[in-house]
Amino acid sequence: MITIEELKEIRQNTLEKMALKLQKQREEVLDNLGEKLVLICGGPGCHSSNVEDIKARFEQKISEKGLNNVKVSLAGCFGLCQSGPNVEIYPESTFYCGVKVEDVDEIVDKHLCENVIVDRLLYEGAIEEGGVKPVSQVNFYRKQKKIALRNCGIIDYNDINEYIAFDGYQALAKVLTEMTQEDVIKVMKESNLRGRGGAGFPTGRKWETAFKYDADEKYVICNADEGDPGAFMDRSILEGDPHSVLEGMAICGYAIGAGQGYIYVRAEYPVAVERLKIAIKQAREMGLLGKNIFGTDFSFDIELRLGAGAFVCGEGTALMESIEGRRGMPRPKVERTAHKGLWGKPTIINNVETLANVPPIILNGAEWFKSIGTEDSSGTKVFALGGKVKNTGLVEVPMGTTLREIIFDIGGGIANGKKFKAVQTGGPSGGCIPEEYLDTPVDFGSLSKIGSIMGSGGMIVLDESDCMVDIARFFLDFTVDESCGKCVPCREGTKRMLEILERITAGEGTPEDLERLETLAEVITNSSLCGLGQTAANPVKSTLKYFRDEYEAHVYEKRCPAGVCQALLQFFITDKCIGCTKCARNCPVSAISGKVKERHVIDTEKCIKCGTCMEVCPTGAVIKR
Amino acid sequence: MDYETQGSIKSAVFFCNVKYKLTYEEIKGGCSMEFKFNWEGNRDKIQKLTDFIQENKDKKGIIMMALHETQDLFGYIPLEIMNLISKEIKVPLSEIYGVATFYSQFSLVPKGENVIGVCLGTACYVKGGQDILAKLEELLGISSGQTTPDGKFSIDTTRCLGSCGLAPVMMINGQIYGRLTLDKVEEIINSYR
Repeated sequence: MITIEELKEIRQNTLEKMALKLQKQREEVLDNLGEKLVLICGGPGCHSSNVEDIKARFEQKISEKGLNNVKVSLAGCFGLCQSGPNVEIYPESTFYCGVKVEDVDEIVDKHLCENVIVDRLLYEGAIEEGGVKPVSQVNFYRKQKKIALRNCGIIDYNDINEYIAFDGYQALAKVLTEMTQEDVIKVMKESNLRGRGGAGFPTGRKWETAFKYDADEKYVICNADEGDPGAFMDRSILEGDPHSVLEGMAICGYAIGAGQGYIYVRAEYPVAVERLKIAIKQAREMGLLGKNIFGTDFSFDIELRLGAGAFVCGEGTALMESIEGRRGMPRPKVERTAHKGLWGKPTIINNVETLANVPPIILNGAEWFKSIGTEDSSGTKVFALGGKVKNTGLVEVPMGTTLREIIFDIGGGIANGKKFKAVQTGGPSGGCIPEEYLDTPVDFGSLSKIGSIMGSGGMIVLDESDCMVDIARFFLDFTVDESCGKCVPCREGTKRMLEILERITAGEGTPEDLERLETLAEVITNSSLCGLGQTAANPVKSTLKYFRDEYEAHVYEKRCPAGVCQALLQFFITDKCIGCTKCARNCPVSAISGKVKERHVIDTEKCIKCGTCMEVCPTGAVIKR
Repeated sequence: MDYETQGSIKSAVFFCNVKYKLTYEEIKGGCSMEFKFNWEGNRDKIQKLTDFIQENKDKKGIIMMALHETQDLFGYIPLEIMNLISKEIKVPLSEIYGVATFYSQFSLVPKGENVIGVCLGTACYVKGGQDILAKLEELLGISSGQTTPDGKFSIDTTRCLGSCGLAPVMMINGQIYGRLTLDKVEEIINSYR
């Protein structure tokens, strides 16, 4: 069993070896220590691009060169997935991107041996006139504030000592030795931390409900079933800083009086599962999980449970059904899960990001947390920025940052010089927000006012080449697939909505269809059993509200303004045609005619709109219109 | 085991056999491969599974864990094994079948040697995930959800692999391939042939 003194000792000893990592966390340049650190991103994106090989090559080359003062370390997600695999070198904080195994030798030879920066691998955004910006000053990072991701991209995720060095498990020690259960709940309530999984329920109030309910057993569940397409915040936290989640769960366990925790994690995240297993094992070995933690009478253990590919299991009661070994179908909300949850016992279910926020709140106090963000929502929020934006990746910003800042300042705007059309937040439960609302500050309240939700933090940017009707159809297709089938409005309603949207995108929509969609959306929202159904219509409602003209173009003019819906398109050969006959030869239905070296023509009656001609044309003369 | 539970298991087995045949036929309609469960050849794996069940018998909610273990060991969830689990943990087969068919990760038919998962999450969809899928279907001559006759490849569509920064992506046997183009897909598939 570990004592608090031993924990402090580990902290001190490890910290001494981690000076350059501390520099990154504090964003300040330390005195020259005569050491260098090569930090390699092992986040979800970079990890799939052979970073293990890159690390091995660095280590080999460094030992060949006899550089004893250079350390190589793999850390969690840096956030800027777009440019990966990413490598940072400290103390200079030089940011190299798109690094391949073949590039390693050059970095070692030039940068590490001769202190010459390898210009061709530098991140574009880090170059400024007359020099190189340190990582923290790059636009992508400058406006960010990291609380949940505080250790991601810095510490070695497989080393509990590095977590401890950065104040890990100090918050647990504090609550166990200095605070009563009521104290912890009071701090959590005052901090105004709201659930980061989507609904935004105040965490402290939730804990209080479970605390006040008497039972022989209580449970803590970490909801790591991150099923929203386009969201990978929780994955990055689990993979980059698994201990922060374990610590958050243990604190919650103490506050409500639970002895057992479960982490329900998606089976689609094998890396996260692996790292969590290692983290739990380390914490148990050190006595930070298990019986009589820090010699107190508090005992707490955590078990992993795997999902199996059902989106609806992200819903609290469905998740509990699944842990209990049944079909993951939501329960009617007769009683709160904080009273009757898992196996009929009081249960607190919190999302990964919420739990990762708990230890810093305990250590720094409620006032500190409340000083960040807005009145409605304290703290920060992690977003997964994806789609047509330049810098795709993971960002953490204070609540109240505007959408424009996130997409244009941090995200770098739209890729390929196209025009912004909308941003989709909240996944299948959220909506599409048009340009006119880009200055909306992001928090729970303001996003729901404009017909979307913050959700778990997926943010997909759409440009002018995306058809909003098709996007709505895409999400409905998802919901129909994932609806568990328990309640009629969701099971039948979403299916009918999808059919209508399919009709519209196929050019067979009628004006009545638009009215039907609106009515159905209302009914499904008002009468579904769980959150999945209640929010399923949001993508349709928001696109109908902000992009009605696109629906109308599909219905009245049988035209898809964005040029996405195949059935509504016509292929056309422009005067760029050089008459090479390639299209005519490749057309599967012989719809193209024309003489050699003369402009060809497509017979629209015969054309099946397969797009082959467009693919094979050497001059780009075939267009869709 | 008392008389009543035994009765319910029997009827469940009967019900599920009928139901299973139906599904089997349905699946076979779209699946060009033949498969039969090999009791002898799988003896070690069966032993491993029964050991796992014995070890975890007292844990609550064991069905999901047993099904995951089955899928890991056999690559799919054979009806024969569901029957075995049912007897081991004394839960009606109908209930186990119900759980196995609810979750999309559990498969009742064997998968190919190389399992390709094409991501159709939002980020991949807007960046052309559908085209990647179409290309794979064309290359392998099967559609999503099927396995090639030689048992080498199967294609699944998945909802978000959490690598949205690299969209469009696919996953082959757990390895993620990102920033895909149609040419790259062909190259990658050839490397697995």
